[in-house]
Amino acid sequence: MSTTALMFTLALLAVFSYWLGRKRSFAVVNGEAWKLHSLPSYYGFYTAIWCGIPALFVLAIWMFFESSIITHVVVAGLPEEIRSLTPDRLNLVVNDIKNLVSGNIVSAEVDPAMRAAADHYIHLLNISRAALTVVVLVLAIVGASLSLRTIRREKRARNAVETIVKIFLIASSTIAIFTTIGIVLSVLFEAIRFFETVPLTSFLFGLEWSPQMAIREDQVGSSGAFGAIPLFAGTLLISFIAMLVAVPIGLMSAIYLAEYAGKKVRAVAKPLLEILAGIPTVVYGFFAALTVAPFIRDSGGLIGLDVSSESALAAGLVMGIMIIPFVSSLSDDVINAVPQAMRDGSEGLGATRSETIKKVIIPAALPGIVGGILLAVSRAIGETMIVVMAAGLSANLTANPLEAVTTVTVQIVTLLVGDQEFDSPKTLAAFALGLLLFIVTLVLNVIALHVVRKYREQYE
Amino acid sequence: MAYTHKHTTDIVRAGLKKRYKREARFRRMGLAAIIMGLLFLSMLFISIIGNGYTAFWQTFVQLEIHLDASVIDPDGTRDPEIISAADYGGMVKKSLREMYPEVTGRRDKRTLYGIVSSGASFDLQDYVMAHPDQIGSTIQLWVPADDDVDMLMKGHFDRDKVETERRIKDNQIAWIDKLIAQDRIESRFNTTFFTAGDSREPELAGIWGAAMGSFFTLVVTLLLAFPVGVATAVYLEEFAPQNRWTDLIEVNINNLAAVPSIVFGLLGLAVFINFFGMPRSAPLVGGLVLTLMTLPTIIIASRAALKSVPPSIREAALGIGASKMQMVFHHVLPLAMPGMLTGTIIGMAQALGESAPLLMIGMVAFIVDIPGSAMDPSTVLPVQIYLWADSPERAFVERTSAAIMVLLMFLISMNALAVLLRKKFERRW
Repeated sequence: MSTTALMFTLALLAVFSYWLGRKRSFAVVNGEAWKLHSLPSYYGFYTAIWCGIPALFVLAIWMFFESSIITHVVVAGLPEEIRSLTPDRLNLVVNDIKNLVSGNIVSAEVDPAMRAAADHYIHLLNISRAALTVVVLVLAIVGASLSLRTIRREKRARNAVETIVKIFLIASSTIAIFTTIGIVLSVLFEAIRFFETVPLTSFLFGLEWSPQMAIREDQVGSSGAFGAIPLFAGTLLISFIAMLVAVPIGLMSAIYLAEYAGKKVRAVAKPLLEILAGIPTVVYGFFAALTVAPFIRDSGGLIGLDVSSESALAAGLVMGIMIIPFVSSLSDDVINAVPQAMRDGSEGLGATRSETIKKVIIPAALPGIVGGILLAVSRAIGETMIVVMAAGLSANLTANPLEAVTTVTVQIVTLLVGDQEFDSPKTLAAFALGLLLFIVTLVLNVIALHVVRKYREQYE
Repeated sequence: MAYTHKHTTDIVRAGLKKRYKREARFRRMGLAAIIMGLLFLSMLFISIIGNGYTAFWQTFVQLEIHLDASVIDPDGTRDPEIISAADYGGMVKKSLREMYPEVTGRRDKRTLYGIVSSGASFDLQDYVMAHPDQIGSTIQLWVPADDDVDMLMKGHFDRDKVETERRIKDNQIAWIDKLIAQDRIESRFNTTFFTAGDSREPELAGIWGAAMGSFFTLVVTLLLAFPVGVATAVYLEEFAPQNRWTDLIEVNINNLAAVPSIVFGLLGLAVFINFFGMPRSAPLVGGLVLTLMTLPTIIIASRAALKSVPPSIREAALGIGASKMQMVFHHVLPLAMPGMLTGTIIGMAQALGESAPLLMIGMVAFIVDIPGSAMDPSTVLPVQIYLWADSPERAFVERTSAAIMVLLMFLISMNALAVLLRKKFERRW
C-alpha cells in the first residue's frame, strides 16, 4: 500500500474507533451517560488516540530509516570490485542505482550488476512497504481494541486526552528553540570546517575577496582569497544609504501622521504607506535594476559623472524605500505611547506644536526610535533580493556610492546557488558568512528589543 | 539703576513670527515626507504596470498551411501515433516559403522561419490531432509570432534606428509589413502566459508552473504553521508557568522574527537537504523552510488575539465546571480565531512573496513541467520573477512585470481578506 493510502486508511480507522469508543462508553453505563466520569466523546477520542498515535509514530520512524537501511543492504550485496571503491565513487554508484529505481536518467552506463542491484533495491522496498502496511494496521487495531477494553464507568478519559493535548502544545512551543538551535548548529558546523582551511583572522580582516578557486594548482588565483572586509564595507555602504533615505522620511511621516494629520488623512495615508512593507523584495529588486539604476546612471552621465549601472546608490535607495514603512510604523508606535499629559503640559506653557515635538516628544520617545532604527538596520543588512538583483558581484573596497559593491548576502547567494560540493572552502565560506550575518543581526535585535522594552516600561 | 521696562510678552511676541514660520516649515516637512513615500509607491506601480500591461497580449501570425496527406499520414491509417510523428516544423517552414517566394538563400530563409515562434509546429500538431478529418485540405492557422516580432508590433523596438543597432532587420520589417497589409497579423489575449510553464522562448513562457509551485509550497506551510503556531500561542498564553524556560521560548520567538530570511535558507540547505536527504527544489522543503520563517508572525498575532479575550469569559467557563482545556478550546479559542486567522493570512502573504531562502534550497531551477505534487521539482512565483528578470530578451521584461502584477494581485487580495476579516469580527469588550 502506498504511504498516502496507508495514512488515509489509518485516519479512517481512527474515526471508526472514535465511534466505537463513544458507543462503548454508553454501553458500560447502559445509556445513562451522566454516570460516566467524562463526557462520552472523550472516550471516543481516547480510543482514537490509542488507535492512531502509536501507528503514526511507527510509520514515521520506519519511513525515516527505511531508505538508509535498504541502501546499506543493497551496498552489502554489491560485487566485491564495486564495494572496494572509494566512498565518493561508491556514493555515485548508489545514486545511480537510486536513479535507476525511480526511473530517472542515470549518469553511467547501466551494467548488469547495477541492474541487479536496482532490482534488489525494488524487491527490498516492496517487502518493506508490505511489512510496514501490516505492522501499522495491526498496531492500530490492537491499540484501539486494547483501549476499548479499558473503558469503565470511572475511567478518567478526559484527563488522559487532555494530557496528550497538552503534550502537543508543549512540543509545539519548543519548535522555536529547536529552530534557533538548528540555525546555530547548521551554520556553525560548516563554518568551523571553513575556518580549518582559512584562518579566522584572514577571514575577518582580509582585504581581498575572490572565492573562485582554480581547478589546477598552477592556474592564476589558484588559492582564492577569503577576506571579508570588502563585503562588510559594501553591506555597510548600502545599508547606510538606505538609512539616509528611510530614517528622515519614515520618522517625519510618522510624526506628521501622529501629531498633525486629521483622521481622514491618517486613514488613507497610513495603509497606503504600509503597502510598501507588503511588496515582495524581489519586486523592489526588479524596480531597482530596471528603473532606478538606469535612471541614476543616465542622470549621472548628464552631469559628467561615471556611474556604474550596478551602483550602490541604486540598491541603497530602493532598499531605503522598502524600509520607510518599517521605520514609520515603529516610530508611530513609540510616539503614540508618549503620554498625552506631556503634550498638554508643553502646549500649556505656550510652545508651538513643532517645539513640543522637537523638545518634548522626540526626547521622550528617543530610546524607542533608536531601537526601531536598529531593527531597521538589521533588516537592511540581512536584505537579500534587492542587492542580488541590483548590486554588483565584484568585491570593491570603496566608499564611493556610484561604484558597484557587493554584500554579504549577495555572496551567500552566488556561492550557494547552483551545484555545490560540500568540501570546497568556496561553499563553506557561504556558511561562515551566514554565521556572521546571524550573529550581527542577533546582536542588533537583542539590543533593539531591550531598548524598546525598557522604554515601554517607563510609561506603562 | 536704569530699568528698561519690557514685558515678557513683548519678548515672546517679537519671536512669534519666526516661531510660527518654523512651525509651518516643520509641518510642511512632515507632509513632504508622506508625499515622498506615496510618490515612491506610485512610481513603483507605474513602472511595473507601464512595463507589464502589454504582456497580456501576444502577436499572432496567420499561416496558410496545406495539410499534405502524403506527409502527415502516408498510409491513410489515421493512426494518432503516425499523425503525431509527422514533420510539422517542415510544414510551417514550407508555408512561410510559399508566402514569401522571393526569399532565397539559406540565411534569409532561416531569418524568415524566425518570424513565427518555434512553438508553431506544436500548435499545428495539436490542431491536426484534434481535426484529423482536415488532412489533405488547406487551413488558415493562427500561430504565435516570435518574441522579436511581438516586440516590434508592440512598439518596443524603434524602427527608425540604424539597422545594425536593431534586433529586427530591414528585410524582416518588410515581411512583417506585408503581413500587416494582408491582415495576417494581429494581437490576441495571451492565454499562454497563464497556462504554460517556464520556457526559454518568451512567447511560450507562462506562470502556471510557478503558480502551482507557490500553491503547493503555501499548502505545506499553512498545514504546518497554522496548527503549530496556534498551539504555541495557546500554550504560552494559557498554560505556561512563568519561569525561565518560558522566557527562553519567548526570547527565541522574538529573535526568530527578526532573523534575515536567507539564514532560514541556510538552515534548510544544511538540515533538510544535506542531513535528512530531502529532495532539492521540492515544494515540501520550501514549505518547511517557510513554516519556520512564518511561525513567529503567526505566534505573535495569535498571542495578541488570545490576550484580547477578556478574563471574564475564562472565569465564567471555569465557574460552571469546565476543565482548563475545555475552557480554552470551547470558549477562548473560538473568540480569538478571527485574530489568529488574520495573523495567519498575513504570514502566508509574507511566505508567498519570499524568495531568498528558496534560492538556497534549489527552487531556482529551470523547470518546464507543471508540478503535480509537493514532491515534484518546481519553482515559485517570486523566484520565477527573479529568473525572468535575469533573462536578456526584451520580451522577458514585460513578462516579468506582468508576473509581478499577478503576484501583487494575490498579495493585495490576501491582505484585503485579512483586513475584511478583522473589520467583520473585531469585537470591543
